Amino acid sequence: MASRPRTLYEKIWDAHVVETREDGTALIYIDRHLVHEVTSPQAFEGLRAAGRRVRRPELTLAVPDHNLPTTPRVDAAGRPVPIADPESAAQLAALEANAPAFGIRYIPATAREQGIVHVVGPEQGFSLPGTTIVCGDSHTACHGGLGALAFGIGTSEVEHVLATQTLLLQQARPMEVRVEGELGLGVSAKDLILHIIGRIGAAGGTGHVIEYRGRVFERMSIEERLTVCNMSIEAGARAGLIAPDDTTFAYLKGRPMAPKGAEWDAAVAYWRTLRTDEGAVFAKSVTINAADVEPSVTWGTSPEDVVPIGGRVPAPEDFADEAKRIAAQKSLEYMGLAPGTPMTEVAIENVFIGSCTNSRIEDLRAAAAVLKGRRKADNVRWAIVVPGSGLVKAQAEEEGLDRIFTEAGFEWREPGCSACLGMNPDKVPPGERCASTSNRNFVGRQGPGARTHLVSPAMAAAAAVTGRLTDVRALV
Amino acid sequence: MQPLTRVTGRAIPLGLKNVDTDVIIPARWLKTISREGLGAGAFEAIRSEPGNVFDNPLYAGAKLLIAGDNFGCGSSREHAAWALADLGIRVVIAPSFSDIFSGNAVKNGILPLVLEQDAVDRLLAVAREGLELTVDLEAQTVTTPYQDRFAFAIDPFRKHCLLNGLDEIGLTMARSEAIAAFEARRAAAQPWLMRGTAATS
Ligand code: SF4
Repeated sequence: MASRPRTLYEKIWDAHVVETREDGTALIYIDRHLVHEVTSPQAFEGLRAAGRRVRRPELTLAVPDHNLPTTPRVDAAGRPVPIADPESAAQLAALEANAPAFGIRYIPATAREQGIVHVVGPEQGFSLPGTTIVCGDSHTACHGGLGALAFGIGTSEVEHVLATQTLLLQQARPMEVRVEGELGLGVSAKDLILHIIGRIGAAGGTGHVIEYRGRVFERMSIEERLTVCNMSIEAGARAGLIAPDDTTFAYLKGRPMAPKGAEWDAAVAYWRTLRTDEGAVFAKSVTINAADVEPSVTWGTSPEDVVPIGGRVPAPEDFADEAKRIAAQKSLEYMGLAPGTPMTEVAIENVFIGSCTNSRIEDLRAAAAVLKGRRKADNVRWAIVVPGSGLVKAQAEEEGLDRIFTEAGFEWREPGCSACLGMNPDKVPPGERCASTSNRNFVGRQGPGARTHLVSPAMAAAAAVTGRLTDVRALV
Repeated sequence: MQPLTRVTGRAIPLGLKNVDTDVIIPARWLKTISREGLGAGAFEAIRSEPGNVFDNPLYAGAKLLIAGDNFGCGSSREHAAWALADLGIRVVIAPSFSDIFSGNAVKNGILPLVLEQDAVDRLLAVAREGLELTVDLEAQTVTTPYQDRFAFAIDPFRKHCLLNGLDEIGLTMARSEAIAAFEARRAAAQPWLMRGTAATS
């Protein structure tokens, strides 16, 4: 068995099997657990009711992000600003109390290290290659950019992990998405993952864990890899992975929770073994030609509804599949779009740059590069930039990016999930359109009736400048 | 979780068919941070009617609930089981249940007890007199003060979990030694994996 060539996913899986059960499920050890305020209160309460403790408190990190307003968190006198919405306030208070009560490290809303769970984990060196990482949020796959097996879980599983540091799981099938060639100028990691989802479909990865392979990924920065893996769930996959390499090690070295000294060397030696063996078999394999990828936008209410920016809104008749025709019809009605409209003629009123998909320093740099010396169009009513963490925010301010954004008419906010999910005050009004760097364009995701177009940070900036969806390559 | 072996108590004779999870706990109660306290929202619509079974003193302190076919249909929300548990209900008797609900019920120490419609009707009649019923899970019987005795079937694994108060977490915790052995191997071979937040310099 040990000699059989294995995929990266199979290697990580095998290294975490505590025991296998008769029914084929396995008890899998969880190395890292991220907890936020929305999906954890009942889990902690369950522990309390059963008189249970957290098995390994140091393997869980808690940080609030989903509900927090992105307006200033402390007033002029340095006092914390209370959250107006009583339910959000109660969820935050619950996490604030639960984390210390169970011995879990908690990053408060007002700390510099606070941010979106999936930005904070890698940034702190908490997320490491070859580890299993879970969180009560479906975009946990993000951490796969470091070569970790990371996936989202529900509240009852959160409680299970807290109590046992394990999960009972069925092994998924390994899938390969291979990208050949190089991406063109002005084409980003976000454009690539949107293109991939458009190509394989929102259910294309169902039951699988995707490994992204090819030179393109090897040449990507960690920020870009995190963006790609983040949206694996939009392709239906359980998780997405990119093999760790020197770029990964350089990114992690010296991070607060990363291994140090001799342990660092031992860790790197182990991480170097985390590659798919020659001859390993993938259950499914898709090849994409990088030259085919253009700046991408979504037109509908499923992340697979992707077209190149030079394309047009499709007509329901364009789809062979009957169910897809009906879905497309509904999407077009919701989105208020007529078939055949060039995407570059779609006017937008809102721009959101943020979310765990695109709120890291490189994302902000890419957007700022487009906005420098420019201003948002008059029809753009609301444009916000929400850094993924306080550290990203501080770095951006040091580079003067905040001024570029504010001079361009953007609001510069405090870190959090913000308009990614319409659960906090940052919402897109009903019927209005938003060029958004987030990951989901579902009906009502950014607020009831909100119309989302998923784009890259540079494309969001370009849309802000012209007031409509725009090919950023025309502006640079 | 509280083990369930023998339950003696009054039963709320609800009797309705297709009681869905929205009836058991309306959506507006889902934003809570607790599993407890949901009893206040349980069966809200029914309880807003005067003279409803839930507020009838004859059934005060009931530990059982008797309903019609397809109890717990609708959404998968675990809140429905939490709400019943918060009301103090340990057993729901009905001719059939939705699959998801019965799974959630067992997870929360509630027995979804299936009996033929005739037997359910007889138990409804006894319950309406305010008399106590006894459910013996070990013997798999329901008995009444009138010497009625109904046998019921239950999946052996579910029975085992309920009798011993085992939820999924409890079952995994029973494997604690295997987990500890795994942790010990890692701590020796790859200590950095076990440090987590404690690694901060
Ligand atoms: S930014 Fe959006 S997807 Fe990411 S963690 Fe927050 S809510 Fe989830």
